[in-house]
Amino acid sequence: MSDIIRRDPRAEWIARNRLHPLHAAMQVQQSSWMGPNGVIRKNPHALGFIGPNGVKRIDRSGAQQGGSNKRSATVEVLLALHQVPVPAFYIAVAPDMVGGRLSSHDRDLLGLAHSLAGSDGAVLAVVFGEHKESNFAGNGVDRLLVLEGEEFAGYAPEQLVQGLRAVDNQFSPRHWLLPDSRTGGGELGRRFAAALGERPATRVWQVKDGLCSGRAGAGQQDLIRSVPRLILGAAECAEPVSETRHEALPVVLSTGVARHLARIEDLGPVAVDPAAIAMAEAEFIMSGGNGVKDWDLFHRATAALGATEGASRVAVDDGFMPRNRQVGATGTWVTARVYLAVGISGAIQHLQGIGACDKVVAINLDAGCDMIKRADLSVIGDSAEILQALIEAVENYRGDAKRDAA
Amino acid sequence: MNTKVISLVSIGAHPTSGRSRRAEQDARAVELGLQLAGDNLQVLHAGDPQEPALRAYLGMGLAQLDVLEQPPGADALGVLGDYLREAGAQLVLTGSQAETGEGSGMLPFLLAERLGWPLVVGLAEVESIHNGVALVLQALPRGQRRRLKVRLPLLATVDNAAPKPRQSAFGPARRGVLAARTVEIVEDELLEGAELQPAKPRPKRLKVIKAKSGADRMKAATAKASGGGGQVLKGVSPEAGAQAILKLLVEEGVLR
Repeated sequence: MSDIIRRDPRAEWIARNRLHPLHAAMQVQQSSWMGPNGVIRKNPHALGFIGPNGVKRIDRSGAQQGGSNKRSATVEVLLALHQVPVPAFYIAVAPDMVGGRLSSHDRDLLGLAHSLAGSDGAVLAVVFGEHKESNFAGNGVDRLLVLEGEEFAGYAPEQLVQGLRAVDNQFSPRHWLLPDSRTGGGELGRRFAAALGERPATRVWQVKDGLCSGRAGAGQQDLIRSVPRLILGAAECAEPVSETRHEALPVVLSTGVARHLARIEDLGPVAVDPAAIAMAEAEFIMSGGNGVKDWDLFHRATAALGATEGASRVAVDDGFMPRNRQVGATGTWVTARVYLAVGISGAIQHLQGIGACDKVVAINLDAGCDMIKRADLSVIGDSAEILQALIEAVENYRGDAKRDAA
Repeated sequence: MNTKVISLVSIGAHPTSGRSRRAEQDARAVELGLQLAGDNLQVLHAGDPQEPALRAYLGMGLAQLDVLEQPPGADALGVLGDYLREAGAQLVLTGSQAETGEGSGMLPFLLAERLGWPLVVGLAEVESIHNGVALVLQALPRGQRRRLKVRLPLLATVDNAAPKPRQSAFGPARRGVLAARTVEIVEDELLEGAELQPAKPRPKRLKVIKAKSGADRMKAATAKASGGGGQVLKGVSPEAGAQAILKLLVEEGVLR
């Protein structure tokens, strides 16, 4: 339901009609009455009604309309709770958790797991390290196993395989589902398959009637086979769970995870030139629009933040940015995880181009523009001052981090 | 450099015509091997030595290409594992997945498991090899790189982040030698229970709107994209605004 305040003609009609059975019940609160000592008491708050634009109106003509203070509240639809008190079997899913949250690929996979589990089995999600996801229950997770520990931090694929093996020993899931993605799931799933000695079905895009179809070779052929124990699912392999609510009960491993001697040492990420990353796949984009007056400052800010530069159409047309940096319907459709829009009011074409972005931050002078409505965090103010402050804040942050490391 | 480098190659298929060609990622593995080892690079293929597409690898400047002769449908894992162990390879490079057959991308993982070697996925660059320890750059999604330190012997797969393969020249491709050797043949049991079909186009996912009322459906059809309930900081100092933005960037982990 929308938040728009609407007239209720029926309530108004009842308020006018004193003979209506609901008339007394729907009368608005009295605004003045005789007190016990014969003094007229007034309730100034009961006077008037909330008008269609949310402003309080007082109708002094005496024909006050009924249905004051009545707003069509947003009704939260409570989905049916899917419970598996004693699971007959488990379907284990190890989601990617890009940025600590379930990606759409993970959600598709959980949907597939839910369909494989039916009503008797439970979907067990295995998550490594800390996560920021709050909606496991709404995405079809019946049991949630979080494996924490510093041994899983950084790039430790062999240790993750040990973790999955421990889960496999305790729960012996009927199926293991992993996303066949480049963000880790494809690699982890194959390592796990090699460790278990199972032959996985890869790039699976459909599981139906006990058969699973996956792309083979360079995508020119399909391999159709019976459903194996280990499935590496492609994106959109099934519909995500949307009709049920799940428990997401936390479970723990009864045994510790064997430590694997790390043969691959992670020396950390390497600084890459953000300008060399293709716009369509950059992770962090900072875009400038008409509100940016000082473009030198803008370039310095992107360099300080290590962001890939983008621009709105106006900035490109005015010659401040090259054409290949344009974000939007006619430019590049970006998939950044964090999109920082500076001085962009948010034309619909631009908003289309950032539709796939996860977090949008807006810096703008106009608090009423469309970009603010889309943004997860907006700062209203002059972009030059805020960018200058941001550069200083980032330098301070980097300085602190360096001092902590030393 | 005296590290023995072996690149594993397979037969590719052109994405449109399906004609056999040098496989894109395997060619990158050969290119990376050539940059590392030069003429000492050994290139290995398990399959049919008569295949003309193999000559495209020779055309990259190789004098010889070793072929373990196998019929199609045979399992290459065992013979490759045995060969690599005997050859004393220190660094083995392969593509991520084959362009023909199952193309599951499991071969490097199974080989690493069988040989007991560490495996690096998505190798982009070998920075240095010193005292049997390699410093390598691994390609991550979204154009990022990660530096890893691995002890040799090492198996590494390359994907499209590795250097572009050089063009194949006709003359060297003719002159090069395809050295075949016969090996034991192990049948792959996969295709007994599974079948390969021409790929079906995948159904496009429809945007299903599960609205209970007409007003909701109308809203879903007409509303602009909106995050809804974003935090708006109004009337704060630029420093406070910058701190709020910085906090979000740090939380999301995009600030390096």
